[in-house]
Amino acid sequence: MAIEVRVPTILRTYTGGEKAVTAQGGTLAQLIDDVDASNPGVKERLVDESGIRRFINVYVNDEDVRFTGGLDTAVADGDTVVILPAVAGG
Amino acid sequence: MLIIQAAIRDEIVAHARRDHPDEACGVVAGAAGSDRPTRFVPMRNAAQSPTFYEFDSVDLLRLYQEMDERDEEPVVIYHSHTATGAYPSRTDIGLAQEPGAHYVLVSTADGAHESGPVEFRSYRIVDGEVTEEDVTVVSSYSEVDDVASPKR
Repeated sequence: MAIEVRVPTILRTYTGGEKAVTAQGGTLAQLIDDVDASNPGVKERLVDESGIRRFINVYVNDEDVRFTGGLDTAVADGDTVVILPAVAGG
Repeated sequence: MLIIQAAIRDEIVAHARRDHPDEACGVVAGAAGSDRPTRFVPMRNAAQSPTFYEFDSVDLLRLYQEMDERDEEPVVIYHSHTATGAYPSRTDIGLAQEPGAHYVLVSTADGAHESGPVEFRSYRIVDGEVTEEDVTVVSSYSEVDDVASPKR
């Protein structure tokens, strides 16, 4: 099974500079655990006690996972997951 | 240092004035590695707030996909402050996630949204550290990019 996970600039320090990694899992939660297993530290940047961190956007096949069940979002072979930090400020 | 075309600088200022009293926000994309902001992309402030801005998440994805297709990066990320000066707030610093970008701030406070000069300043924000940089306004990038000298 291969799911492509596209990683933003700010997280490439964890992936050895790679813009994308391949991982597996049935849900986004499992997928993130799998990415973290090969690229330690990524999960901490993406997830906190309440789920995906507030200013991190995650998309599965172009859908914002906020609308598809967050970490429970189902993922499958061939899916593309994109991680983008929010562009925000005050 | 931020080098920026006058026309693009003017568009940023106009956007800030139009959206006042809400914060305006957007990027100026440019060829990856060029450090030249060439494509002005005003964004919707999903927060619609005078004190906060956030790109709508779907707009954000579309923007990054577009930049990826065009081999661009966000050279400038800009937003406006509507009641305070053109200096990054603690929130701005905490949420800055593009270490390669020039963070431009403009201020429409104190009547600047209607008339008079609009403060326009640029900063690098890396690992929570803010460094102000000079802004050089040019009419065209050929003024600074000579054919004889190598591209950075």
